[in-house]
Amino acid sequence: MNVFQFILQNRSEVLELTLEHLWLVGFSTLLAMLVGIPLGIAIAHRPRLNKPVLASANIIQTIPSLALFGFLLPVPWLGERADRLAILALTLYALLPMIRNTYTGIRGVDPAVVEAGRGMGLTDRQVLFHVELPLALSVILSGVRVAVVISVGLATIAAAIGAGGLGEFIFRGLAMVDNRVILAGAIPAAVLALLADLSVGWLERRLRPR
Amino acid sequence: MPLTAPEGPVIEFHDVSYRVASTDVLCGLNLGVQRGETLVLLGRSGSGKTTTLKLTNRLLSPTAGEVRVNGVPNSDADVIRLRRSIGYVIQDVGLFPHFTVERNIGLVPKIEGWPEERTRARVRELLQMVGLAAEMSTRYPHQLSGGQRQRVGVARALAADPAVLLMDEPFGALDPLTRDELQREFLSLQQRLHKTVIFVTHDLREALLLGSRIALMEAGRLVTVLAPPDFLRSTDPWASAYVSAFANGLQSVTERGTS
Repeated sequence: MNVFQFILQNRSEVLELTLEHLWLVGFSTLLAMLVGIPLGIAIAHRPRLNKPVLASANIIQTIPSLALFGFLLPVPWLGERADRLAILALTLYALLPMIRNTYTGIRGVDPAVVEAGRGMGLTDRQVLFHVELPLALSVILSGVRVAVVISVGLATIAAAIGAGGLGEFIFRGLAMVDNRVILAGAIPAAVLALLADLSVGWLERRLRPR
Repeated sequence: MPLTAPEGPVIEFHDVSYRVASTDVLCGLNLGVQRGETLVLLGRSGSGKTTTLKLTNRLLSPTAGEVRVNGVPNSDADVIRLRRSIGYVIQDVGLFPHFTVERNIGLVPKIEGWPEERTRARVRELLQMVGLAAEMSTRYPHQLSGGQRQRVGVARALAADPAVLLMDEPFGALDPLTRDELQREFLSLQQRLHKTVIFVTHDLREALLLGSRIALMEAGRLVTVLAPPDFLRSTDPWASAYVSAFANGLQSVTERGTS
């Protein structure tokens, strides 16, 4: 029995774990966008904040994922359910690319264009929504793209704390010393990462300002 | 329409200074701009021309003194209303690259809540006014030539029909022929519209051609304000330095031609 036969035979479990995986990645990416994009905007407009914020996001990035899962385990409400914990950890890792790309994208907008907008009497809000965000959008989306791809990989480790996802197969396969079981988790995870990358990339091209 | 004092200057600078990090960018400026005139600010780069312009629409606030537009001190005015009542044209145009020509021109009317049909009619009218074909309205800025972009910039500044227009070297980056064409069109447009214009340039020829009066600036100070014919005759050292540099330029070209 090769890998593909194994996947086919266990297709309902593969599907279930893939959906769990998608849930972990999707929800954490959404949270990271909700926090990271406004933070990126804030530090682009207030240069004094940019160093501390980017440094903090960088430090989070350096914590080994297994250790981060471990650190969060004793936290009261979080530790009760493994998926809460996994989502928080994945959100923290996704923050850096979100913040950094939003910051870079907005700082990269031609100052003459922003000044023209302000000179025409646009409010700060209107400058942000009519000018800065549309022009920074493709850079911001490439940050989302990076974050999603990293998350798909990291989420496999969430299985170590019982949060489910395709990592289940990988850890089970490691314990059983059976490559087929490992690959039954690794192949769908790789496919997910590729699909996510392609679809955000497609969105990015669609929305690119001409 | 804002209520205005009957015949005071539209824009007034009273002892206006602007300093950044203990350097005086602008020092004790006193100047009045009359309704319907084109006041040219002439000077070298760093002389404070652009600063003066930005103080008018409060992109900058003076560190001392007071700027008034229509008799109202700028510091008391609602800054958004103030800027929407003043058209602003800059050298790099600052067109929004992700908007079509139509959306660029129609942005202020749109956020002012004009009905869509009225905005569209206004855009058509403005395109015609600045000499652009109606089918240009669906183009993006990168699909236009430099001259066309600058025309769109002027149309955009005129969109909500402001009484005051600030122009910061609007024709500076154009080739000489296009510049000449746009200068002439500006003159004929101004004869019809009678806007109150402050026009920044470092080009004496442009100043003489377009200005009702020329305000000469040097190192953050106003040197003198003169009508174009008086400027040519002026004995002021800075003014005559400009005139002779201009004349020498022509002279040496002629000499090269004959030698």
